[in-house]
Amino acid sequence: MTATFVGMPPFPQAARAALGDTQLRHNLAHATHTIRDKRARVVAEVPEWEELRQAGADLKDAALAGLDDHLEQLEAALVSRGAVVHWARDAAEACAVVAQVAKAHGVDEVVKVKSMVTQEIGLNEALAAEGISAWETDLAELIVQLADDLPSHILVPAIHRNRAEVREIFRTRMSAAGRPAPADLTDDPAELANAARLHLREKFLRAKVGVSGANFAVAETGTLVVVESEGNGRMCLTLPEVLVSVVGIEKVVPTFADLDVFLRLLPRSSTGERMNPYTSMWHGVTPGDGPQEMHVVLLDNGRTRALADEVGRQALRCIRCSACLNVCPVYERVGGHAYGSVYPGPIGAILNPLMKGVGVDDQTDSLPYASTLCGACYEVCPVKIDIPSILVDLRSQVVDAHRGGRPKPEALAMKGAAWTFSDARRLGGAERLSGLVGRVWGRVGRTSLPGGRPAFGRLPGPGARWTGARDLPAPPRESFRAWWRRTRGRGTRP
Amino acid sequence: MTAREEILAAVRAAVASAPPAPVADVPRRPAASGADVVALFCERVADYRAVVERCAPADLEAAVRAALPEDARVVVPPDLGLDVPGAVLDERLCAADLDALDAVVTRARLGIAETGTIVLDHGPGQGRRAITLVPDRHVCVVEAAQVVADVPDAFDVLDAARPLTWVSGPSATSDIELDRVEGVHGPRVLHVIVVG
Repeated sequence: MTATFVGMPPFPQAARAALGDTQLRHNLAHATHTIRDKRARVVAEVPEWEELRQAGADLKDAALAGLDDHLEQLEAALVSRGAVVHWARDAAEACAVVAQVAKAHGVDEVVKVKSMVTQEIGLNEALAAEGISAWETDLAELIVQLADDLPSHILVPAIHRNRAEVREIFRTRMSAAGRPAPADLTDDPAELANAARLHLREKFLRAKVGVSGANFAVAETGTLVVVESEGNGRMCLTLPEVLVSVVGIEKVVPTFADLDVFLRLLPRSSTGERMNPYTSMWHGVTPGDGPQEMHVVLLDNGRTRALADEVGRQALRCIRCSACLNVCPVYERVGGHAYGSVYPGPIGAILNPLMKGVGVDDQTDSLPYASTLCGACYEVCPVKIDIPSILVDLRSQVVDAHRGGRPKPEALAMKGAAWTFSDARRLGGAERLSGLVGRVWGRVGRTSLPGGRPAFGRLPGPGARWTGARDLPAPPRESFRAWWRRTRGRGTRP
Repeated sequence: MTAREEILAAVRAAVASAPPAPVADVPRRPAASGADVVALFCERVADYRAVVERCAPADLEAAVRAALPEDARVVVPPDLGLDVPGAVLDERLCAADLDALDAVVTRARLGIAETGTIVLDHGPGQGRRAITLVPDRHVCVVEAAQVVADVPDAFDVLDAARPLTWVSGPSATSDIELDRVEGVHGPRVLHVIVVG
């Protein structure tokens, strides 16, 4: 795979490019509306949904509050059941473990379950550098991988592609990766799924090493859980001799019974189903069944940084359902690539800055602003992450990180406004000036808003960036205070 | 410091300021009656476009035979406890051997009515995980008494020490335009026989 998110432009530039792609906007609007409706239907079936959301949030908070103990407990449980536990501070350390295991078994390929965390650490690229091919086996991931494309959605990474595009990718690219697509392949989704079945079957049958993530890890029992639809997960978790699972440390839940709440919340929020087709749970090595050598990599990669953020730490409750993407008016229009990360949409707009830190690069710093703060994401979140509040807090962190040095025009304008508004006489002066501008513009200006209020058109110079996307009403001829004095306020203090 | 020590130290420093953990209040629905639960289970399994039928215990072997296409090459776990003519017993068949077979017959650990889910714990009559995965048709026998109402009821009885496979309908994908298609890598036909 050659595509990479590294070097993506900040959100506003990337979004402008995406908005110009009408095919993309059509594909996204169709897909997000379909999944939104499905979710709403199955959530409405559950009268205790709000109580379940609260329970999900509380269980995750409890898991995070005692995370150090839970991690040690998880490690002990895994080791006692024959798994080897590795700890990785960052992406490079995690990738090195996987590469080392693959090399120890002399393989030049691994099969992969769809996993966000292995995307996050760039595992495929790291393995390719060591001469090991990592085959994505989820249908959407396969589409993305064959096309040298980038994922644009957490659940459906190829959401930006329509069926005709998928057919073309399969027809032209499958043969280089293994079994070619059938010659008479049409763009019927059932036929496309069958082409993927045929293409991947030989890879499943010969694979020696499988790589997975985990949706949940149970501290008490060492249980790892993978939730999926196609059966590719079961193939990778069952047929190879060796399994390596990369698990973010925030995936831990304390007890086996805690899974109950999350298995009730996740499928309905994610694919809009009462339950997803397949869920696998395993507890270390099972003699005579499945991989007989197991490695678990516990990964930080910025999670402890997010955990230390008092407002933002709740983002680590995230169970990667992607409901927030599907309802987001910004995501629906620009798609996932504009966020420049494997975690797009509202959750990506908070997770990336929380995990990477603000003030480091412009792309990450632009993400907290990629939102209208409408709150739809918070309403659908199955673990009640207050995304709008975290976005606002991160915006203030971004501003704080850029204090000192040459101030931006926006910061200067805000400083000037603060100086003016903090003194009654200065405010009065500003009002007289704005009233004058209003009276003059009312006579000479030709632009008006619906309702007739005079407005400025496009401002010249740096102001053009403001008016490019917003209406700027002309100032009123008279301020409130002046009106009060004129009509009834004679003799009272302004 | 090792990576382990460093991560655990960072976690401890990060959660030092965290408020005390809330105690979750997990909601449960009032239990429905047994007959309703089995009827709901059948309806919900069928919703996934699986084949569902009910039969009396005496008719089970006939129902299983009828669920298998003629000439199908069938694998069964050695302890299935049902006579399936011509079936191969799974004695450590490799993946390629399993791929040459058409169908598998197993029992289940339990069924969940609310979600139309079958849970296998790969105990008696259920076989290794691979046998219910590679063949294209899975005929699964569930006793009516094994059906529970909802997900929390399943967790009350499942054993965390066993590998678990939750199956809700045939394998499926919605990855192309979110249009649901049944049948990708797992069995494309799921045939559930509810006994009793």
